Amino acid sequence: MTARDTIAFTVRSLYGFRVRTILMLTAMAIGVAAVVMLTALGEGARRFVAEQFSALGTNLLIVLPGRSETTGGPPPMLGETPRDLTLHDALALQRIPGVRRVAPVSLGNAEISVGARNREVLIVGTSGDYRHIRQLNIGQGRFLETPDPTRVVPECVIGNEVRKQMYGVQAALGQWLRLGDRRCRVVGILGTEQHSLGVSMDEIVLVPVALAMAMFNKESLFRVLVEARSRDRLKQVDNAILTAIRTRHEGEDDVTVISQDAVLATFDTILRALTYAVAGIAAIALAVAGVLIMNIMLIAVTQRTAEIGLLKAIGARPRQITLLFLSEAATLSMSGAVVGWIIGEFGAWAMAQAYPDVPIGAPAWAVLAALGVALFTGVLFGIMPAKRAAKLDPVAALSRR
Amino acid sequence: MIRLQGISREFLVGDQTIKAIRDIDLSLDGGEYVAIMGPSGSGKSTLLNVIGLLDRPTAGTYLLTEQDVTHLSDNDIAQIRQTKIGFVFQFFHLVPRLTAADNVALPMTLAGIPPAERRERVNAVLESLGLSERAHHRPDQLSGGQRQRVAIARAMVMNPEVILADEPTGNLDSKSGQDVLRILEGLNDQGIMLLVVTHDPDIGARAHRRIRIVDGDIESDIQQE
Repeated sequence: MTARDTIAFTVRSLYGFRVRTILMLTAMAIGVAAVVMLTALGEGARRFVAEQFSALGTNLLIVLPGRSETTGGPPPMLGETPRDLTLHDALALQRIPGVRRVAPVSLGNAEISVGARNREVLIVGTSGDYRHIRQLNIGQGRFLETPDPTRVVPECVIGNEVRKQMYGVQAALGQWLRLGDRRCRVVGILGTEQHSLGVSMDEIVLVPVALAMAMFNKESLFRVLVEARSRDRLKQVDNAILTAIRTRHEGEDDVTVISQDAVLATFDTILRALTYAVAGIAAIALAVAGVLIMNIMLIAVTQRTAEIGLLKAIGARPRQITLLFLSEAATLSMSGAVVGWIIGEFGAWAMAQAYPDVPIGAPAWAVLAALGVALFTGVLFGIMPAKRAAKLDPVAALSRR
Repeated sequence: MIRLQGISREFLVGDQTIKAIRDIDLSLDGGEYVAIMGPSGSGKSTLLNVIGLLDRPTAGTYLLTEQDVTHLSDNDIAQIRQTKIGFVFQFFHLVPRLTAADNVALPMTLAGIPPAERRERVNAVLESLGLSERAHHRPDQLSGGQRQRVAIARAMVMNPEVILADEPTGNLDSKSGQDVLRILEGLNDQGIMLLVVTHDPDIGARAHRRIRIVDGDIESDIQQE
């Protein structure tokens, strides 16, 4: 029997048992579509994060108080507490060669009010450089100007949503805003729809860092953002920051400097693992489809006992029978996989339409793996029924109608 | 052409051994027209299955055209069935989703004969059985008599040396049955050995040699001139 005849026979029998064929195609298609769509989503999330990070500027170093690694040595003396990362530490970093900008950050929640309206918002205390580091747009007015960051200046820049809620249609610029037990003058309003790492900047209030630290009664900064002059100098600046802080902190390495790349790498690892995990879960659907194919092929062998008996009577060799049934299973799983692939790509496309910010798209490895696994399970689970068909006793097979 | 020596076929049912045919010696020559008769359960179908190599005897020797086929491999047996033996069954056993022409072509497809030659031979055979107009109909669009004629076409398309027919008229009305028998006898006239299993004495009476089987044994073997 030639390959062409085998395929023709297979296609006829698939066409002849339409309901069965459609069911099996559906099962396989769901499995493959699940793999394609879920990995598209996972991969989209990973690329989204990567893009967000690169939008932040890749020359960024983040200085956090506290050490993330222990380096051995004697245990700390009794009563010793980690030193604060102070505003003066941040100012000292400004003098390191290769540093372009430094933005100290102090965070806290506070109630703000204008007249009878009040709400709780995130207060970010920082300096004028923050605007450039985070690439914020100013809608109206100006950003914070802090020639001397240690001075408590009662002014603030508010997010657009905060403006809407607190002032409505009235002009906000130049108005007073009550911030906890203090007040400050609104000098600027951020442009609309600004995001930083997926967090909306619409609902925050930016104040000079000294004001925030005084409000929240904190000595230590939340973190310091340092922008290097170029990417090449990142490593050098990193070391210089550690040296500078060590000198200021009596020889103790008690800050952690992380680079954008390190954070990105971490996210990348996590999201990649997540993608693999969802791909694995979706692959279970493929395995289920494989078992279903086996089940349906077994039913097919039972249903077509007489036909198999006849094929044997007219001279089909056992191998030919095996091949016919295997080719049915393989054709089914492969066409199901292709249908699933198309559905999956369409689903990914639809998701990309719904979330245009996220670059959703199935990675090639996932598509290839899904198609490969589909064919493999189809053939693997097709072997047993095919062998059973080949072993049928022709007399018994023909004795039934 | 066919020589059975001491052929038995036993089945194991539960823990009992049932002898469907026992110790049969039989010699059939090429071109004979033989009827195998007997009540149901007498073992006549088993004998036909053994002769048709669908079933293997549990004892004895089977020589087909001087060749010992008792212990051949499945593949070799398939080869012999393909080239030397044609089957006609009571229930036709046509593949329901294939057209009459494709059903007839099936043995040639399995044998790997190229499509052009297949078409030619199928057309010739269908023509000779008056089925040309029905070539592209599926079995469910054919009458019983037509179905059996398609099955006969399938049996003869490989030019076998023997045609084995198991109750070929058992599922047909008497007129179609007569037609089918005439076609089979026509093939016999061309020199193909015809072996018909039947329980109907009228059909058996048409054969030149009548073998009667009772309880797995040959009770009588009458040659009629």
